[in-house]
Amino acid sequence: MKKEGKEVVKENYDLIIIGAGGTGLAAGMYASRLGLKTLVLGTPHGSELPIGGVITTTNVVENYPGFKKIGGMELARKIEEHARNYEDITIKTEKAESVEKMKTCFNIKTEKEGYKSKAIIFATGTKWRKLPKTVKGSEKFDRRGINYCALCDGPLYRGKTVAVIGGSDSAAIDALILAQYADKVYMIYRGEKIHPEPTNLEKIKENKKIKVINKTNVIEVKGSSKAESVTLDKPYKKKKELEVNAVFVAIGHKVLSGLAKDIGVKTNKKDEIIIDHKNCLTNVKGIFAAGDVTDKEFKQLIIGVADGCTAAYSAYQYITKEKIETCD
Amino acid sequence: MTTKKVISLNFQEEVEKSEIPVIIDFWASWCGPCQMMGPVFEELSEDFVGKLKFVKVNIEEEENLPAQFEVSGIPCLIVTKDGKEIDRIVGFVPKEALKEKIESILG
Repeated sequence: MKKEGKEVVKENYDLIIIGAGGTGLAAGMYASRLGLKTLVLGTPHGSELPIGGVITTTNVVENYPGFKKIGGMELARKIEEHARNYEDITIKTEKAESVEKMKTCFNIKTEKEGYKSKAIIFATGTKWRKLPKTVKGSEKFDRRGINYCALCDGPLYRGKTVAVIGGSDSAAIDALILAQYADKVYMIYRGEKIHPEPTNLEKIKENKKIKVINKTNVIEVKGSSKAESVTLDKPYKKKKELEVNAVFVAIGHKVLSGLAKDIGVKTNKKDEIIIDHKNCLTNVKGIFAAGDVTDKEFKQLIIGVADGCTAAYSAYQYITKEKIETCD
Repeated sequence: MTTKKVISLNFQEEVEKSEIPVIIDFWASWCGPCQMMGPVFEELSEDFVGKLKFVKVNIEEEENLPAQFEVSGIPCLIVTKDGKEIDRIVGFVPKEALKEKIESILG
């Protein structure tokens, strides 16, 4: 995976954390507290998200201790600011492109630089799963009425009709955000019954603007220059075609574990990195993982943050026990 | 900084009457991908001085222009000539790719 003709400058770190979401930033903070010279690499080209990661797309966070109610972007900024407060931490928005195991250390190449590190934490998280190509019109209307960020785009649909595809808690939160602006929100789910957290399910039931359509698939998105309707595989109120101004897709996330897999890190069927749940170890010595990219079932910021700290501590113990003095 | 804020009130002056093509960045402060696009847009504005005018529309403050241009998702960059759309780029695009795309639009 070497870049031909590109002279790479090597910079040495004790620990490199790949991913600059809440998990990566928390891991960086703790690593820095433990005296490790740490680099946190964000992934601007991969995730489309700024430093802070997926929490930046959350409207209101009400389950992070210390904050009764705080905007996702604001919380992300606070975590970033806190992390940057430590001396031994460097945060860069560079996408890691390859990881290579050397004798004792790892070589990491980004699109700009090359680095050496004694240990690595993967905190690469997840990315929105796109509407499958089997849904007609999914490519034609991608970003032209087929949207993925209700928080970003909701205000563009004041007084309009929109559809949310999905039945998870994320889909329900999207529907609730959209209902603040739109006149009507269809929540279309292929399974038996939508399954958000109880508190959000209650809100969905109480909201008169939201119409839940279970056991139904969207098979086509139609329109001229942008999405104008969705076609269902079975009728809803005797109609298979629903007029909508936009479709918001919330059908889960793709796990960003490709780079870890390239270096032999084991993953499960969902592509999640398999970790030892006590110490965030992977099957590869010197490589640790935390946050949404791992096989921890409950994907929450607070869990990513906690596991980030655990992974940083494990990395510290590994470097100390293995007595890795230098990478040269 | 060579980008300029645009609202309905100064749209005619800044966009329609512009002697050179204009690229409009529709954005919002709560939008993560827009936060990524912002600095890229600022940096590129330096590369196209005299060829393309860079302006920003905050959809939080301005409802009419996104509706007028049928903006369906942000970040959305719309290139205009004499106030008319000639092309659009939706979603975050890295700097180099965006530069190439703009160059191809401008011909």
